[in-house]
Amino acid sequence: MATFNLKINNKTHTVEADMDTPLLWVLRDKINLVGTKFGCGIGQCGSCTVHVDGSATRSCLLVVSQAEGMNITTIEGLSEEGDHPVQKAWLKHDVPQCGYCQAGQIMSAAALLENHPNPSDEDIDVAMDGNICRCGTYVRIKEAIKTASKL
Amino acid sequence: MTKIKTQYNRRSFLKVSAAAGGGMLIGFSWLTGCTSDKKIEKLAIPNEWFDINGYIKIGDTGMVTIYSPNPEIGQNIKTSMPMIVADELDVDWRNVVVEQAPLNTGFYQNQFAGGSLSIKLSWNALRMAGATGRRMLLEAVAKEWQVSITDLSVSKGVIKEKNGDRVITYGGIASKAVGIEIPEEVKLKEISDFKLIGTNIKNVDGKKIITGEPLFGLDFKREGMKLAMIEHPPAFGMKLKDFNQEEIKSLPGITDAFIVDTTIEEPAWCDEKGFLQLIAIVGDSTWQLLKAKKAINANWEEVSTLENSESHLVSLDEALISGKANKNSRVDGNPEAAFKKAKKVIERSYSAPFMAHNTLEPMNFFANVTDTSAELIGPTQTPEALEKSVSKLLNLPLEDVTVNMTRMGGGFGRRLYVHFGVEAAAISKKIGAPVKLIYNREDDMSQGTYRPAYKSTYKAGLDENNNLIAFTVKGAGLPEGAVFPNRFPAGTVDNYSAEQINVNTNITTGAWRAPKSHFTAGAEQSFLDEVAELAGKDPIDFRLELFNRAINNPVGEKNDYEPERYAGVLKLVKEKSNWDEKKPGVYRGVAAYFCHSSYVAEVVDIVLVNGQPKITNVCCAVDCGIVVNPNGAKHMIQGGVIDGIGHAMYSQLTFDKGVPNQMNFNTYQLIKHSQAPENIDVYFIKNEIAPTGLGEPGLPPAVGALANALYKATGKRFYKQPFVNGIVSRKVVG
Repeated sequence: MATFNLKINNKTHTVEADMDTPLLWVLRDKINLVGTKFGCGIGQCGSCTVHVDGSATRSCLLVVSQAEGMNITTIEGLSEEGDHPVQKAWLKHDVPQCGYCQAGQIMSAAALLENHPNPSDEDIDVAMDGNICRCGTYVRIKEAIKTASKL
Repeated sequence: MTKIKTQYNRRSFLKVSAAAGGGMLIGFSWLTGCTSDKKIEKLAIPNEWFDINGYIKIGDTGMVTIYSPNPEIGQNIKTSMPMIVADELDVDWRNVVVEQAPLNTGFYQNQFAGGSLSIKLSWNALRMAGATGRRMLLEAVAKEWQVSITDLSVSKGVIKEKNGDRVITYGGIASKAVGIEIPEEVKLKEISDFKLIGTNIKNVDGKKIITGEPLFGLDFKREGMKLAMIEHPPAFGMKLKDFNQEEIKSLPGITDAFIVDTTIEEPAWCDEKGFLQLIAIVGDSTWQLLKAKKAINANWEEVSTLENSESHLVSLDEALISGKANKNSRVDGNPEAAFKKAKKVIERSYSAPFMAHNTLEPMNFFANVTDTSAELIGPTQTPEALEKSVSKLLNLPLEDVTVNMTRMGGGFGRRLYVHFGVEAAAISKKIGAPVKLIYNREDDMSQGTYRPAYKSTYKAGLDENNNLIAFTVKGAGLPEGAVFPNRFPAGTVDNYSAEQINVNTNITTGAWRAPKSHFTAGAEQSFLDEVAELAGKDPIDFRLELFNRAINNPVGEKNDYEPERYAGVLKLVKEKSNWDEKKPGVYRGVAAYFCHSSYVAEVVDIVLVNGQPKITNVCCAVDCGIVVNPNGAKHMIQGGVIDGIGHAMYSQLTFDKGVPNQMNFNTYQLIKHSQAPENIDVYFIKNEIAPTGLGEPGLPPAVGALANALYKATGKRFYKQPFVNGIVSRKVVG
């Protein structure tokens, strides 16, 4: 075990963890930020997506020792009141079904809009293809991203 | 005017009491809704119909809390069921709070999510409960003001004197309404008077989901709770002997490691899945548990044949040739003689592999077992079944076992089975502490409980006028063939037979969204497309001809569908998709299917992009009776379409020496954003039939419509799922 200082949602957290612990499990087990979800553990489903220095990153693949010094944002820190344009658009389109993948979808969409304020369908497919939704909310996700781009 | 009885032989389906903290608590029996008044007159009502298992609280602030007892797996009943209550009760939706009812064994005997049954079974009961509350509140006000009920009007939880100034809210009278006698029968609203039903109400948990609040089983935590993971045998046909227990126990962060046995005497249908002897490891951090799992060195013994996918295909083929029908058989007329007379005969076989459910939230459960009690919390579609199994495993009386439900990160049938909850209970008992059991994706995908593997052969005969005179289906499956002998096209053809053949396997299977229907719809609807082509008829017209036969002169009496409603969705999809309009470069396929009490027809449009098929549009026509929440209903159908297309196109689970070849999403493909249809339109038939479910019926026709559109686009028929294996990359010309 080693000690790490992590900057998460503009707050510094000091945690004890094995060097090779993925950020995902530090967030969920140690800091109680459980909005970031576990789906596959190998970077294939996107449920664990967070922002690391503004980029959409799979937290199951980023080990805690590498995450020190970086600005990490989780779904809980995306906005103060759940009113980030992407979150607002998600509510407007009533996107979620079971809801499990949606934090990851929202984090990927928010990062996409930072880089492409007016994304094309192709931009959306490229940015979002790594986020699986088992309930099949894809059509509404695309609509919501377009709505968010105008908010 | 529709009236509904609130009692039978003076036993009430309702119980009204003072609510804790002020106001009125209406308890009601969810099951009374299973039948209409007329049937109640005829039938003896089973005792459990008087169990109070639903609650509405009208607080003295006017806030109405509706406890939704059925499990929420993404089918949106946590929103749509309370809408039904609130409409009859006449309250403002803005003053309604929806809570997931805590499962309390004494009260909630019938909580279940499966078979698209939630709304269908609850419709009458929810209306009765809401209407009774409204009536009692009105009576309380009439008594208070010394007026007649007819002098009062009510809207959005506010009662007014028609010819006076007096006004009171539900909150203001709720405590007094507790003393009112429960009416023997209540008037239900006319369908045209619904205010909430038929409107678009958003998911009540939407805000919590998009802000990442802890809702799911995997998010549950309790002070002092341990974490646990399991390791099951690597192959079907293998059993655990022993493992390097001491070494695992000595690893950092691991507090215990042992073997659990979850064998239950007289197991129920929901128990017989997976592996019963498992290695359990316990610790405080998920990551340390994951690392310890990798360090497990176990000895496994072979207890039955280690099966391969190649041998599965052979055994299905052999069963179709020589296998005896196990059950589910039907014969009308003489198909064999009719085939001999037929001018054209066509025979085709369709197959589909095993598949995993792959709910995105892996299996998990919290358990806290003591000497005298067991408390379980987590994602389950069948809390009552879990409670029974845990009671049997631990030898605890049923009343000392409690199960609470969390929101579920997907169900699709996977969480009908209760082994993961039972395993959590066994581990908690062994360590004497509360514990949360977590599966990783590999555990989840290699555990079993799969969608069975199927192969079916269809045969049809046409006469000289291209009329269908014979139709047979023979369906084999590991472990059960997918055949519904009394479904369409039974009843539309004089010479008909259906046979189901079951083939043994040691790979465990279970219900997977729209069980069997997801396969039969794809096979039968692809086959009918080919038969229509052979007959030189438009595929929709060909089906409509068959439904006309079933309407005017049906063959046999036991046909499990209403041909008018079936034809209705086909006509609607024909109109809404502009079926008759041919668009260059757009390839279209149609299918229609009836299952789980709802009718759905779909048209899939495909274009070729660089020679590869891309789905641009899906047009759906649905008859599910009254639509409670149109947007919610649309979303369920859209999800079903994407699920059906995704799995038929991409997903499969194969085996080598009993070991699944796919254990995570790097090898098991689920449909992605770029592969989903660009647009899905959903149209509903308008009628006043009591609503039926939507969790499943949207999926099956998508498979057939996809196969038929792929044929138009590629010139090739698709007989084997996953279809992607049959799509050859075309060279880009130019």
